[in-house]
Amino acid sequence: MNFDFSDDLKLLKDEARKFLDAKSDSTVVRSILEGPDGYDRQLWSDMAAMGWTGASIPEELGGAGLGALGLCVLAEEIGRSLAPVPFASTMYFAAEALMAGGSDAQQRTWLPKIAKGDVIGTFALAEGPGKATPKRLRTTYRNGVLTGEKLPVPDGMAADIAIVVAQTERGVGVFLADLSHAGVTREHVETLDESRKQARLTFSDVPAEPLAGGGGGERLLATIEQRAAILMAFEQVGGAQRCLEMARDYALERYAFGRPIGSFQAIKHKLADVYVATELARSNAYYGAWALSKNAPQLPLAAATARVCANEAFWLAAKENIQVHGGMGFTWAFDCHLYYRRAKSLAVANGSTRLWKERLVAELESQNAPA
Amino acid sequence: MDFEDSKEEAEYRERARSFLARNAKPRTGKGMLYRAAQADESILNEALEWQTRKYEAGFAGITWPKEWGGQGLSAINQVIYDQEEAQFSVPRGIYDIGLGMCIPTVCTWGNQDVRDRYAVKALRGEEIWCQLFSEPAGGSDLAALRTRAVRDGDDWIINGQKIWTSGAHYSHYGVLVTRSDFDAPKHKGLTYFFLDMRTPGVEIRGIKQISGASHFNEVFFNDVRIPDSQRLGKPGDGWKVSLTTLMNERFTIGGRAGVDVDEFIELARGIELEDGPALKNPTVRDKIADWYVASRGLKYSHFRTMTALSRGDTPGPESSIGKLVTGPKLQNMSAMALDILEQGGVITDPDVAPMAALFHQTLMTSPSSRIAGGSDEIMRNIIAERVLGLPADMRVDKDVPFNKVPTGKGSK
Repeated sequence: MNFDFSDDLKLLKDEARKFLDAKSDSTVVRSILEGPDGYDRQLWSDMAAMGWTGASIPEELGGAGLGALGLCVLAEEIGRSLAPVPFASTMYFAAEALMAGGSDAQQRTWLPKIAKGDVIGTFALAEGPGKATPKRLRTTYRNGVLTGEKLPVPDGMAADIAIVVAQTERGVGVFLADLSHAGVTREHVETLDESRKQARLTFSDVPAEPLAGGGGGERLLATIEQRAAILMAFEQVGGAQRCLEMARDYALERYAFGRPIGSFQAIKHKLADVYVATELARSNAYYGAWALSKNAPQLPLAAATARVCANEAFWLAAKENIQVHGGMGFTWAFDCHLYYRRAKSLAVANGSTRLWKERLVAELESQNAPA
Repeated sequence: MDFEDSKEEAEYRERARSFLARNAKPRTGKGMLYRAAQADESILNEALEWQTRKYEAGFAGITWPKEWGGQGLSAINQVIYDQEEAQFSVPRGIYDIGLGMCIPTVCTWGNQDVRDRYAVKALRGEEIWCQLFSEPAGGSDLAALRTRAVRDGDDWIINGQKIWTSGAHYSHYGVLVTRSDFDAPKHKGLTYFFLDMRTPGVEIRGIKQISGASHFNEVFFNDVRIPDSQRLGKPGDGWKVSLTTLMNERFTIGGRAGVDVDEFIELARGIELEDGPALKNPTVRDKIADWYVASRGLKYSHFRTMTALSRGDTPGPESSIGKLVTGPKLQNMSAMALDILEQGGVITDPDVAPMAALFHQTLMTSPSSRIAGGSDEIMRNIIAERVLGLPADMRVDKDVPFNKVPTGKGSK
C-alpha cells in the first residue's frame, strides 16, 4: 500500500508552503481584495519562475512534468494561503482542458506559454444566476465565431485565453478563444471574493477553435469539470486545514470565564468535527488525485466524491472559524472572512454540492454493483 | 501513489488467502450480519475450532512478540490478514477482547511464567478472556470505579460490581481493575488483577439490551479472593496498567461488514414512493451522497493508515476518526431506511420487512456503536486534546482523595 504522495512531491509541498508563507500572507491577499488589481503580478511571476505554472504540463511542452499529483500538492498550499493569483483558472481549467481535449497544434501553441507564465487562461461556462445547462446556454458558435455573454468568468479581466462552452447546431461544444480579439469586451463584476476577481465577458463574432477531445462537447465538458473538481478539492482542503488551525490557535489564546475557550467542550467538540470533516475531505481528495493521475475509469465518481466532501469541509471549517473567534471573527480586521469568502466562492465555482451529489448518485446507480 | 502491496506484503496476502481458501467458506451475501445474537454452545465450539486452526497455521497473534507465542510480524501483516479473512464466513468476535486487550496487558505486566501459562492457551482459543473495567459509577469516567480490593495475607478480597462486560458468561478468565485505596486521588488508588471467572463469589447476570439481545453482563463480586500472584503492576499502579489494556484496542481496518450505502441503495431501489422508486427521490439521493462520501473518506483514510504501517511508521491521527463517523451514519441510515418504508417501516417481522429487517436491527443496535469503546463525546475530546492540542477539561476530582470526590445519585 502506497497511498501517499512521493517524497519529492512532499518536498515540493514544504517548499511551496515556505514560499507562500513569505510571499502570500494576508496583507498580500488583502491588497488584492481591497484594491483594483485582478491579481498579484509579482507573486504570479515568482510562481512561474519556480515552474508552478508548468507543474502538470509535460516537459516536451515546456512544463515541469510533475503530472496531476504535482499540481495537487501545489493546489493544497495555494488554498491554504489564499494566494491571489489566477492559478486555478489557468491550471485546473485552461491547461487541463487543453491537455484533455486540445489538438497537438493547440497544445504546442498554448501550453508552453502557460508553463512560462506568459499566458493566463480561464474557463467560461456560466451565463448569470442559475445552472448553465447545455440546453439553456445562449452563447453560440457559428461559422467559426463565438457570440454571447459569459458571467461570471473567474480571472476574466486578466485572462489571455478562455475555454468557452457554447451552443452549436449539433449540441454543446468546447472552444478555445484568444481574448485579445477586438470582439471581446470585459467588465469587472463585483463578487463575494474580490481576492480572485471575476468578470463579464461579451463575445461579438470572436474567432475560436473547437477542442476535439475525442468525444462530444458534453463529454469533454464533464471531463474538464471532473478534473478541476479534484484539483480544487485540494485547494479546499488546504483552506479548511488553515481555518482549523486559526480556530485552534485562537481557542488557546482567548480566555473567557477564567480559562482558555479551547478548554470548553462546546469548542473542543466543534473543532473535532471540523477535524473529522477535513480528514474525510483530504482522504477523498487523495483518491481523486490517484484517479486523476491514472486517468482511471473511477474518475467521475472520484471527482464527485472529492468535490462534495471538500465543499462541505471548507464551508464547515470557514464558518466555524468565525464562530470560534466570536465577534472578532466578524470584523474586517481579522482574516476569518477571507476564508469564509473563498470557501463559498469555491463551493459554487465548479458546480454546487447539490449538483455534484446528484452526479455522484447517478454514477452509483449506473454501476451495476453500486458503491 | 497506488494501492499495490509491496513484494513481501503480496506474498503474505497470498499465504493468508491460500490458508483461508483451504479452511473456510467464502462469505456469501450478508451472512455475517445475521450472526447469532448470543454465543451459544455451537458457536463457541466453531470459534474454538477456527481459532485453533488459525494458531496452527501461524495466523494468530500475528503482531505479538515471539516470547508471547506470537509471530513477531508488523501491524500491516495483521491488516492484510484481516482484509482477507473478511472475505470469508468464519466465527468472529469471541476472542477479540482477550487477544486484543487482555492478554497483551497480562504479557506486558506479568513475568515469563505468567506469559507461558496464559498466552498460548488464549491464542489457541482454549481460554476466553473478558475485561472487567466499567462500573455503574465509572463508564466514560473509568477511573471513578469503586469496586473495592482489600489485602488479606497472600490474597486480596474483592467486593463490588462491574457492568457492560462483554462475554463474561462464557469467559474463563478476566482482567479486573479495582480500588485499593479510597484515600488516594482517584487515579492513584487503583490495583489491577486477573482472575478465574469461576472463582467463588463471582456472579454473572446478563443485561437485556434495547435490541433484545444480551451481549453484555453485570458481574458482581462478593468476597472474591484473588491471590496476590495474580496482581499486575504494583498496588496503586492500576491506572497505568489499565492504559496498556486501553491502548491495545487493535486496528479494525480489515473491512468488517456492516450496513452501508450498498445495502441502502438495494433497499431504495425496491421501495415505491409517491413519485416513483425511492432511489429516484431527491431527498433520498442527497442522503445517499452524504453517506457515500463519509464511507469513502473513511476507507481512504484507512488506506493512508495502512500506508504508514506499511512503511513502518506510526499512523497519523486520521486513524482516530472511524468510530465517530460510522456510529452516527449507521443510526441515521437505518432511520432513513424506515422512513422510506412509510407506515410499513414499523414492521420488524423479517418475513415482511425488506431485507429480513436488516435496517430495523441496525436501528436498534446502532446506539451502542456511539457509546461502546469511547462514546462520541469522549472521541471528540480525544481528537480535540490529542490531535488538536486543546487543553484537558477543568477537573474538580483531580488531586482530591477519592472519598471526597462529589458523586451524584447515579453513582451510589
